[in-house]
Amino acid sequence: MKNFEYFEPTTLAEASRLFAQEHAQLLAGGTDLVIGMKAYTETPQSVISLQKIPDLAGITTDADNSITIGTMTKVREVELSKDIQQYHTALAEGASEIGSIQIRNLATIGGNIAHASPAADTVAGLLVADAQVNIIGADDERTVPINELFTGPGQTVLKPGEIITQFHLPSPASGSHYIKHKIREVMDLAFIGVASAVNLQNGVIKDARIGLAAVAPTPIRATEAENLLKGKIPTPELLQQAGEAAAAATSPISDLRCSAEHRKEMVDVLTRRTLQYALDRATR
Amino acid sequence: MARSTTSFGLQATPKHPVSLTVNGDEHDLLIEPRKTLLAVLRDTIGLTGTKEGCSTGDCGACTVIVDGKAVTSCMVLGVTVSGKEITTIEGLASDGELHPIQQAFIDTGGYQCGFCTPGFIMASKVLVDENPDRTEEEFRHALGGNICRCTGYTKILEAVLQAAEEIRTTS
Repeated sequence: MKNFEYFEPTTLAEASRLFAQEHAQLLAGGTDLVIGMKAYTETPQSVISLQKIPDLAGITTDADNSITIGTMTKVREVELSKDIQQYHTALAEGASEIGSIQIRNLATIGGNIAHASPAADTVAGLLVADAQVNIIGADDERTVPINELFTGPGQTVLKPGEIITQFHLPSPASGSHYIKHKIREVMDLAFIGVASAVNLQNGVIKDARIGLAAVAPTPIRATEAENLLKGKIPTPELLQQAGEAAAAATSPISDLRCSAEHRKEMVDVLTRRTLQYALDRATR
Repeated sequence: MARSTTSFGLQATPKHPVSLTVNGDEHDLLIEPRKTLLAVLRDTIGLTGTKEGCSTGDCGACTVIVDGKAVTSCMVLGVTVSGKEITTIEGLASDGELHPIQQAFIDTGGYQCGFCTPGFIMASKVLVDENPDRTEEEFRHALGGNICRCTGYTKILEAVLQAAEEIRTTS
């Protein structure tokens, strides 16, 4: 590992100022950055740790059941949070799929998202939670919907010096589910990740959200499939149409994990499956 | 922080003061930011029980306990754990008595070459202490971040279940 200067700012303003400089990297849990530095794929001159800045970690639930997750919250905490398990099951399930317990005790949700891997395991759950991402820069703050955060593999709309501070999950879904398509039970990367969330009213789908990971240059929402479902009574035929529409929304690549054709086919299958789980949970 | 100049005239990155409590002993150290916790434990403090396997977080051999949580110490920068309490394999036994998980690994023969054993024991220790009621399947899943190339895992799992049973019955 190349040497670097290490900073532990105690305010976001100071962190943002340091991070805006060239060859600077933010350190959250370190599970991506430290490995990258060992491999010399990351060679920052300065590393800015966020751990001494107060109030960046933790999960709070408001009276309307909206939930705010601090950027430095450990993935393990997201996985085990009773409120997230109840209101955003797909996100808790996604968190539980990352690495091992040892890694989830280090990794943060902010790091998982800011790293901008199209295959990140928390991203599909955040997409179907319609998460709003709070961002702070040197001069101002802004909020970006999670589906507008990513611009390509490893790329986001974050400008130099901008730091993700919180994820706000405004409206709980009554049922949601995440499936990670993988080979190993743990310590694997997703071939694809699919999350579905639904709200039902008198047996009719009031709204539906479908989040897809690792099937396009960025994580995406399958909005056409979602629109097909809204206002309808769920039937196997309807879920099949939604699965096909979700698959049509993807633009996967072939790589050593699997082929593009397999990914597309499995989006269809897993969209149907996650929707069915979500509906079962919602009606319970 | 004082900057020093090396004999080659290069500017060295400043070292950082770091205070660690390792197995109850306090250590005040001056370390380079690029040193991992694993390197600090093994090379600076001299506790070589913690092993370096893959060094990318995949194998679990370097697992130690930081403030009660099992972590892969190869992914942790030493400067980030100042003020924290660290337990390594050397710190599990107290007053000459092994922790039940250590005794269980011996009783069942849950090791062969022994390289993965400290990591397995540290990861299992947290699991059996926090919830000894886990099922065999749950323990197996929770230990998925540790790799053993010798045993085929059967004896390791036996050891974990034995320790869990003992903790259940004595608490």
